[in-house]
Amino acid sequence: MSKIELKVNGRSHTVEVEPSTPLLYILRNDLGLRGPRFGCGLGQCGACKVIINGTATFSCITPVSSVKGEITTLEGLSSNGRLDPVQQAWIEEQAPQCGFCQNGQIMTAKALLDKNPHPSDAQIREAMNGTLCRCMSYFRVQSAIRRAIQTMAETSPAAGKKVVA
Amino acid sequence: MRLSQGIPKQIEDALIMHRRGFLKSAGLLAVSLGMFGATAVEEADAQGGGVGGPYHDPDFHQVDSWIVIHENNTATFYVGKTDPGQGTGTCFRQLMSDELDIGFDKTTCIMGSTDITVDQVGSGGSTAIERDSWPMRRVAAEARRVLLEMGSERLGAPVNQLAVSDAVITVKGDDSKRVTYGELIAGKKFNVTLTGNNIYSVTGKAKTKSNPELKYAGQSIQRDDIPGKVDGSLIWAVDVKLPGMVHARNVKPPFACAKLTGIDESSVKSLPGFIKVVSKGNYVAVVCEREEQAIRAARQLKTTWEKPSASPFPASEELFNYMRNATPVAMPTSASTHGGAGESEPTPGSRPGVEGDAELRNRSSKPAAADSGIHVPPSRPPAAGNPAMRAPVSGPMVVGNPDAAFAGAEKIIEAEYQIPFQGHTAFAGAHALADPSNGQMTVYTNDMKSYSMRRGVAAFLGMPHDSVRVIWMMGPQGFGRSAAEDAAFEAAWIAREIGRPVRMQWMREEETAWDTKGPAFLVKMRGALGSDGSLVAYDFHARSCDYNHVGYNEPDTVLIAQLMGSRRAKQAVGSAAMPSDMYAIPNRKMVGEVVSLPSVWETPLRTGNLRDPNGPQPTFAAESFIDEVAAAAKTDPLEFRLKMIKAGTHDDGGFRRARSIAVLKAAAEKYGWDSRPSPNPTSKGDIFTGRGVAYAFRGQTVVAQIAEVEVNRQTGHVWAKRLVCAHDCGFVVNPESLRHTVECATLHGLSRALREEVRFDTEKVTSRDWFSYQTLRHADIPERIDIVLVNGDPNPDRPDLPPYGAGEASLKPMLAAIGNAIYDATGVRIRRIPFRDDRVLAALKAASA
Repeated sequence: MSKIELKVNGRSHTVEVEPSTPLLYILRNDLGLRGPRFGCGLGQCGACKVIINGTATFSCITPVSSVKGEITTLEGLSSNGRLDPVQQAWIEEQAPQCGFCQNGQIMTAKALLDKNPHPSDAQIREAMNGTLCRCMSYFRVQSAIRRAIQTMAETSPAAGKKVVA
Repeated sequence: MRLSQGIPKQIEDALIMHRRGFLKSAGLLAVSLGMFGATAVEEADAQGGGVGGPYHDPDFHQVDSWIVIHENNTATFYVGKTDPGQGTGTCFRQLMSDELDIGFDKTTCIMGSTDITVDQVGSGGSTAIERDSWPMRRVAAEARRVLLEMGSERLGAPVNQLAVSDAVITVKGDDSKRVTYGELIAGKKFNVTLTGNNIYSVTGKAKTKSNPELKYAGQSIQRDDIPGKVDGSLIWAVDVKLPGMVHARNVKPPFACAKLTGIDESSVKSLPGFIKVVSKGNYVAVVCEREEQAIRAARQLKTTWEKPSASPFPASEELFNYMRNATPVAMPTSASTHGGAGESEPTPGSRPGVEGDAELRNRSSKPAAADSGIHVPPSRPPAAGNPAMRAPVSGPMVVGNPDAAFAGAEKIIEAEYQIPFQGHTAFAGAHALADPSNGQMTVYTNDMKSYSMRRGVAAFLGMPHDSVRVIWMMGPQGFGRSAAEDAAFEAAWIAREIGRPVRMQWMREEETAWDTKGPAFLVKMRGALGSDGSLVAYDFHARSCDYNHVGYNEPDTVLIAQLMGSRRAKQAVGSAAMPSDMYAIPNRKMVGEVVSLPSVWETPLRTGNLRDPNGPQPTFAAESFIDEVAAAAKTDPLEFRLKMIKAGTHDDGGFRRARSIAVLKAAAEKYGWDSRPSPNPTSKGDIFTGRGVAYAFRGQTVVAQIAEVEVNRQTGHVWAKRLVCAHDCGFVVNPESLRHTVECATLHGLSRALREEVRFDTEKVTSRDWFSYQTLRHADIPERIDIVLVNGDPNPDRPDLPPYGAGEASLKPMLAAIGNAIYDATGVRIRRIPFRDDRVLAALKAASA
């Protein structure tokens, strides 16, 4: 057991666990977060994804001791009580069916759009391809991403200007 | 008063909050329980129940069991359904708000928890709106009637002088005379007893509204469960945590039918958090304080197993040879049969006498005679093209004189189709939490059938019915008899063994390998073309590998029971369903047989209901075959179908024939279908392009689908570039929500067409994760999908147009639509699902060799 410090959604936590423990179980069982969920434990489906240093990361195969940098979970996307434009687009497109995978869909999309605010359809498919959905909500998820791109472009200070990644 | 005794407050809040509805202030995380936090339907207290049970069944004959109206003039609906993610919960609110005359935003809906909601089975068979919304509507209408009577007394005006809107009753012409529902009834009970033999027929005196009178039903109101799923606030079944809770993980047999010969507990005893190895028969699990500890201990536990003397099944590559040569199972006269999600459930309520479509199902579920070798599926009357085929018959179903017709045929077409085992492979491993506090058992689960789970767990543990309750919460999917049931029984058994709340979750490889499977099918077909190019005779011979099909929450077939040695005396026969079509074919012979694998107990190749059970498989065969016949007749495949449907003279109360014609035409119009025979190989570089159509119905819901595919001749890769689904399920409660469900079921069909196949060697399933069991991914998604909601009723405005089921039908024809499109594009007919790259490439090469 070791003491490990984590910064999650802007708050600092210290947990005492086996260093090899996958981050997922710490987030869920010690910090009480529900966004990241167990889907496969193999880094194949994306249900567990969190954003670390701008990258959507499989928390189910990330040892807690290896985490360097601040962690953002689904719960941390909203600010000042306002949903992230990606989440808002998800509601407007009514993207989920059962919704169990949507943490992975949203976190992967968020990381993509943070890096590249204007991805092409091909880039969206490529970036999202490792994030699975068993209800097959993919089509709506892709529509929601396109909607989020549009809203973000309309509301950003640089609206109208093409952002070059 | 509490919603339900002994549930943690945050869970109770979750049950209320997440069904409360979409906030108007979309985008704000304003979640306040103020409006609904005072929910109160605590019947347990009144009936002598309490924290520690007993947990009585809410009485469905009481209005109070269904509807509670609060002081602030809001209402909570309690329904015995579960919503696995298709928006039915929102639809119930729409319909009940309409009947009660209360604003949709002032209502919430609580679902599927055995001690607080009436037993409407949960989900299954696409019955939510078609069948089970009716008692909800009648009860809400009755509550409105009673409130109006109370209002009449309060306001001193006869009921016919009253108006009601948004839960406020006024005297017509004098708005100052008003009283709210809350003022009339909050804090009190309706104490109104309903009539009806069972929950399907329960009713009051009031009449339900006609379709034009409905205000919320028919509108695309946003689903009330989605905000919590998007902002992370929803509490799922996986999220429940209780004081003293521990974690369990299974140690599955390494191969089918294995006998446990030893457990070396010392291999895990010193691990941190280790509590116990629990085992009985061939069932083994490890319990630890923390989740990751349980995962590690289950992996590390040393166990020894003995292999069975004979292989429990052939390898997947040999399956169809095996099925071809196997002797079909004889159908016992009193067999337990299963064939449609939901239909194998006993009717809730005490007396028989089910209405409408359900009655039809019940009647047709009687097994065929012992010598027939045929099983007519319970839920789907086969081959409605001729009324003689609607009823179960003994022996092969024969219409006309097929033998003579084949003998005199201009041309005979023969083909054999193969559909492998396909899995639920739920997105998260099966899971449940069981709490044995106070000598009772509370199970938190996402299983769609909470009520049968309650009965099953009670029977399995030998506990009184009233000591067990099941709390339904959201989870991944709900496509039939999933492993969620197995996990719940396991959690409950271990919880009782160790006396602490136990959370069980299956790992990925367990879920993928050991969940229940949709049965494999081998279908032989023969058709005779007449001199005029019409199909004059048709021979359909299906074999399904479906023996010992497990039912819902059966205490003697659930996996832990099997592993502990339980063997049901009369095994469920399963079924080999017939295709659903309206084609007028004068001479027909149809046979459905079931074959068994060598071993059917303690094996991962166990079959159970998977979304539209036994629908996609025969439909793939039948609708591919119709295409083959159309090609042989050099006729456009869509016109060929339409001609055969139009040639029929029979229809039914649901106008299925007229609606079949309408959906085929609607799909063709949306797609821009040009009439020509298939195939029409056209290629640009390495890419062939083609289109295919298929059609089917499920119950009264009619679907026509058109797929446009691109086939890469170098790689064999198939991409469905465009899909059209025309869908008629009668009256539509929530068009947008329906479109989404239809779209996702269509893509589920695409996934089964292109990717899904359970693979196994002769002792174990080798599909164990998302690479070895592939499903559709983002890159596979069509660039365009059109969902066309059709109302093909000859009188589309009739006020009593009923709603039909919609959760499953659009999965059904998709497999054939893709196969037909591949044929159209390449001229190569592939009769084996799924159309994996390697299989398609091999077929293309074989054809050009």
